[in-house]
Amino acid sequence: MTQRENESHMMRGERTGSGPGQVPWPLVIELQHVTKLYPASGRPALDDVSTEIDKGEFVFLIGSSGSGKSTFLRLLLKEDTPTSGTISVNGKVLNTMSKWQVPKLRRTMGCVFQDFRLLRDRTVAQNVAFALEVINKPQRTIKRVVPEVLEMVGLEGKAHRLPGELSGGEQQRVAIARAFVNRPLVLLADEPTGNLDPETSEGIMLLLERINRTGTTVIMATHDYHIVDSMRRRVIELNGEPSPATSRVACTGSAARPAAADPRAVPQLNSTTGNQCASISSSPRWPPGCVAT
Amino acid sequence: MRVNFVLSEVATGLRRNLTMTVAMILTTAISLGLMGTGLLIASMINEMKGIYYDKVQVSIFLADEVTDEQRAAIEAELESSPEVRSFLYESKDEAYERFQQQFSQQPELVENTPADALPESFRVELVNPERYAVIAAEFPNGENGVDKVADEGDFLDRLFGLLNGARNATIAVAVVQALAALLLISNTIQLAAFNRRNETNIMRLVGASRWYTQLPFILEAALAGLVGGLLAVGGLVLTKVLFVDETLAGPIKAGIITGIDWGQIAWTGGIITAAGVALAGVAAYVTLRLYVRL
Repeated sequence: MTQRENESHMMRGERTGSGPGQVPWPLVIELQHVTKLYPASGRPALDDVSTEIDKGEFVFLIGSSGSGKSTFLRLLLKEDTPTSGTISVNGKVLNTMSKWQVPKLRRTMGCVFQDFRLLRDRTVAQNVAFALEVINKPQRTIKRVVPEVLEMVGLEGKAHRLPGELSGGEQQRVAIARAFVNRPLVLLADEPTGNLDPETSEGIMLLLERINRTGTTVIMATHDYHIVDSMRRRVIELNGEPSPATSRVACTGSAARPAAADPRAVPQLNSTTGNQCASISSSPRWPPGCVAT
Repeated sequence: MRVNFVLSEVATGLRRNLTMTVAMILTTAISLGLMGTGLLIASMINEMKGIYYDKVQVSIFLADEVTDEQRAAIEAELESSPEVRSFLYESKDEAYERFQQQFSQQPELVENTPADALPESFRVELVNPERYAVIAAEFPNGENGVDKVADEGDFLDRLFGLLNGARNATIAVAVVQALAALLLISNTIQLAAFNRRNETNIMRLVGASRWYTQLPFILEAALAGLVGGLLAVGGLVLTKVLFVDETLAGPIKAGIITGIDWGQIAWTGGIITAAGVALAGVAAYVTLRLYVRL
């Protein structure tokens, strides 16, 4: 089975044509032919995935359950190493990164999960402060920064509540505050709205957009197509169906960035996946401007 | 490193696993206590060896019916022998006196021994204590007024064999107990890591260093090792005060065995406490590396 993120794959030729090391825009994340095979499973969780994500982008990572969304995020955090292919984050190649450098990498990334992962015996403020305490930030910085970020996520006045006393949406805001408090370059969100009702989800999405506007790259794995439709951002689809025809397709929402500035937004037809992409792009759930390539 | 943070993590960890912590401390304490006892026996053996082997003698016991000429002949032969450094004559009365002194703690034994039951003897100190056989050959048993030639070294070898056996047995039990303590520490740390997986997962995700994540667990084990070590030292102190200084007071006074002074207790206590802390810490570290993904 061939899986490939077509648009960036196509673009690679153009970009490398200008000479190695020359990057026309600041890349935060780059995957080259990444395959991840778990020993227990015959089918790869990710199969030959290549993609690039720019600094400040907001990207949706979509795909059915088991399509490798979580694996994708785990690989970016170096929780796992790919079976083959290279991954670089912020210019550092993860494959060759030694173990002791991993914490440094993770300090540049924030994570949010479907199940919030808050410490239930600590207050909201303590939960956020925890992320700074364990990376040795001075107490006075923590005292200054934590209220700021709580205000930003809309939880001022709830600093001393316990997570159990908060609604799901509020808990996710705490988790986002914790992920963002150290001003990461990248925010990874794994189904952050998976446990929330649509209205609450909308609030969370507004918050993620706001974080994105501060220059933080946001990568959000989701299978909530309503959100993907309404946001009009770039979409990377991971399609893990074990059929050679339905491989990996990526679409770029035109709203994500001006098409003229970004050659990747220009439609490109790829013969191997053309049929499949045509059917996808005609599907009503895709945002206008999403072009299967 | 935020000391407060790490210490509060350690305290939480120990409190959450109170029963396991207690078990870990007790096993460690017993193991270290036995280890300390073994070390003390070993140092006692060394001191006693110094005392006894310095005085090691060959005793030539004379027969009851020995004549004055025979006694004089033996004395002359000893004087001329190049193997003999010095010798001492002990009459029946002197032998009885020494016997009374040696067994003053057991008056029944002294009472039941007639004054002339102990033979007269020559106590011979050899130039080289291992050349006992030469002397034994010079004075054949049962001839010329000699009843028996006895090598006290032989007795000492058996005595020290016994003491060494006691030491080895103590240390063997200590080692087995230490193994149990190590496994218990390993289990406790795994349990502690499981109990705190939420915290440690978050720590890993936000980029806390490995050291930061692992240190609370290692300190937890090391603290248990320290407490275990201190309990073991307490046990040694009690053993000295209640057993060695009380029950063994007589033989120590008589110079049969050596006592244990506070310096030895302090030295041994330091060693076992350090060993407890180090072993527990290393066991925790290895556990975290092998069984827990931190």
